[in-house]
Amino acid sequence: MKQISNEFSGTFICLDKSNVDTDQIIPKQFLKSIKKTGFGDNLFDGWRYLDEGTLDQETSSRMVNKDFIFNNKLFIDSNILVSRENFGCGSSREHAVWALKDFGIKTVIAESFADIFYNNCFKNGLLALCLKKSEISKIFDNFNEDSVQSIEIDLINQVLYYGDSEFKFELDDYKKKCLLEGLDEIGASLKFTEQIKSFEKNYQIKNPWLFK
Amino acid sequence: MSSRTLYDKLWDAHHVAKRDDGSSLIYIDRHLIHEVTSPQAFDGLRERKIEPWRVDSIIATPDHNVPTENRAKGLKGINDSTSKLQVLTLEENVKKYDLNFFSLGDERQGIVHVIGPEQGLTLPGMTVVCGDSHTSTHGAFGALAMGIGTSEVEHVLATQCLIAYKQKNMRINIEGDLLERVSAKDVTMFIIGQIGTAGGTGFNIEYAGSTIENLSMEGRMTLCNMSIEAGARSGMVAPDQTTFDYIKGKPFAPSGDQFEKAVDTWISLKSDPGAVFDNEFSFSSEQILPQVTWGTSPEMVSSIDEKVPEPRDFKNKENYEDALNYMGLKPGTKLTDISLDQIFIGSCTNSRIEDLRIAAEILKGNKLAKNIKRALVVPGSGLVKKQAEEEGLHEIFIDAGFSWRDAGCSMCLGMNPDQLNQEERCASTSNRNFEGRQGYKGRTHLVSPAMAAAAAIEGRFIDVREI
Repeated sequence: MKQISNEFSGTFICLDKSNVDTDQIIPKQFLKSIKKTGFGDNLFDGWRYLDEGTLDQETSSRMVNKDFIFNNKLFIDSNILVSRENFGCGSSREHAVWALKDFGIKTVIAESFADIFYNNCFKNGLLALCLKKSEISKIFDNFNEDSVQSIEIDLINQVLYYGDSEFKFELDDYKKKCLLEGLDEIGASLKFTEQIKSFEKNYQIKNPWLFK
Repeated sequence: MSSRTLYDKLWDAHHVAKRDDGSSLIYIDRHLIHEVTSPQAFDGLRERKIEPWRVDSIIATPDHNVPTENRAKGLKGINDSTSKLQVLTLEENVKKYDLNFFSLGDERQGIVHVIGPEQGLTLPGMTVVCGDSHTSTHGAFGALAMGIGTSEVEHVLATQCLIAYKQKNMRINIEGDLLERVSAKDVTMFIIGQIGTAGGTGFNIEYAGSTIENLSMEGRMTLCNMSIEAGARSGMVAPDQTTFDYIKGKPFAPSGDQFEKAVDTWISLKSDPGAVFDNEFSFSSEQILPQVTWGTSPEMVSSIDEKVPEPRDFKNKENYEDALNYMGLKPGTKLTDISLDQIFIGSCTNSRIEDLRIAAEILKGNKLAKNIKRALVVPGSGLVKKQAEEEGLHEIFIDAGFSWRDAGCSMCLGMNPDQLNQEERCASTSNRNFEGRQGYKGRTHLVSPAMAAAAAIEGRFIDVREI
């Protein structure tokens, strides 16, 4: 039975590029923040504005790149981002995920993701979803910047609904559970405390030089 | 037990528990911490009211934000208030939890991926993590070393474990002697050009073959460092006598009988003869010429005798056009016709003593070309700087017109005052040529230290073998 997950479904925005790196998602100068919030205005800063941004700057006075889709008013409330292969490559900065989340993105769909970014998404309740190249192309082919379209996601059954199309997607059980139940990873891992301690004890006997 | 790869062995040795969902808890031996990706993780610990699991596994240092001048002023030398706050926050966390720390004034301070090995904090057989993607560097010692996000930093602080899924095994074999003045940097850039920037995604890469065996530890670190640019979270080289000789006598390394005992263990850290790899590539050292990137992804790379490719020769047209627009280059331009504004020798890829030696050897008796507006040499640590000065290398750099700096990440990522100006073009020994990485609208070409030195003299790219 179809069970749409409203929190991961909605209207989408397309970024027709491959190898989108985390330096583009959130440029270096914003990493100086010691918080996890407030990055949304600077998501894709180098592409979104025609001037150089600084941390804690008022964005309303900045020169906007009108050609960049993130400045198209139609798409400002998008909560799904669709891109091409190897999305999120480069730096491990989790700030990239915080920036997407802060902007309002709940799901990122791509042909493939870089490993660290992929992990970081699920730690923050973002769904990173891989589709086949042909499926991504179908979305891009039907997309235009004059109208808003929606994607519905059934996380439980791992099906994405777009127009008349249904695309199955892979997702491991653990990540799915994290998203559905908002799992506290550290709390869950601390349930293994006794096992970690006993591992550590044996390990130290074998490798005493690793403990000082 | 059936034949295992080096990665399999490291995985098995650190496997604490398998969870119902198929993920594993992997025990972490070494946790390196810097100022940018740790503040939110420490906040998380405090919210939970828990302490770090194993303080002696942690070593902290500021590197990303720190200016590379006025080091004697310490924190007062940081003019940017937000940078200063981050460094201060690190210092506060270090104090609160009593962590090992190399402060700004300490000669052992430097880029985390330089100081770990330098201090003997990175050892064969270890698992090493850091909130920085270039943690793959430490795989040069036969360690399983991975970059992690801030949530994972918090998780490791809290549990001494990382939640992980086992990666697939890839081996890259390179055989033969490298051509003159071709270095590990050229090898890694060549590999990325061949397998692509996502070629290693989902894999651990083991580098093998006579070319790799003949590399120094510095070279192996350069090679493993850029595994992440090939998409692999970790890369490694099996430890051997070169590794053991490097480690012996390092401050945090085992000594005396314990060192001998450790070596007996480390010697078994290699892939078994029948071990199966999910993917394997083989190259010959003769294929590898000095490399130069011309685009905005490390896979946009060519040999120095080539030209900026025509669109038809590049698979991804959209990215290719954007990249050339950004870089201000036309298809068909000879790489040797590209003139430069700045030179940067440094970063966790190429700021070790061997890198400085080769650059100095080429620069000796030469001057910067007139069109070079600025050239920086940024040693990877205070100790690299000290050793270079003992060898007189700094005089060669200064005589040539370079600025001789203090240790830090510097212009690799422009979070500190060292940045490119708009549209300035830089020959850089760093690892990423992404848009804006070295400064807003700055243009980065990745090269080896030898190639950067040669470019400094000529003011444009030139095959270093012609100098």
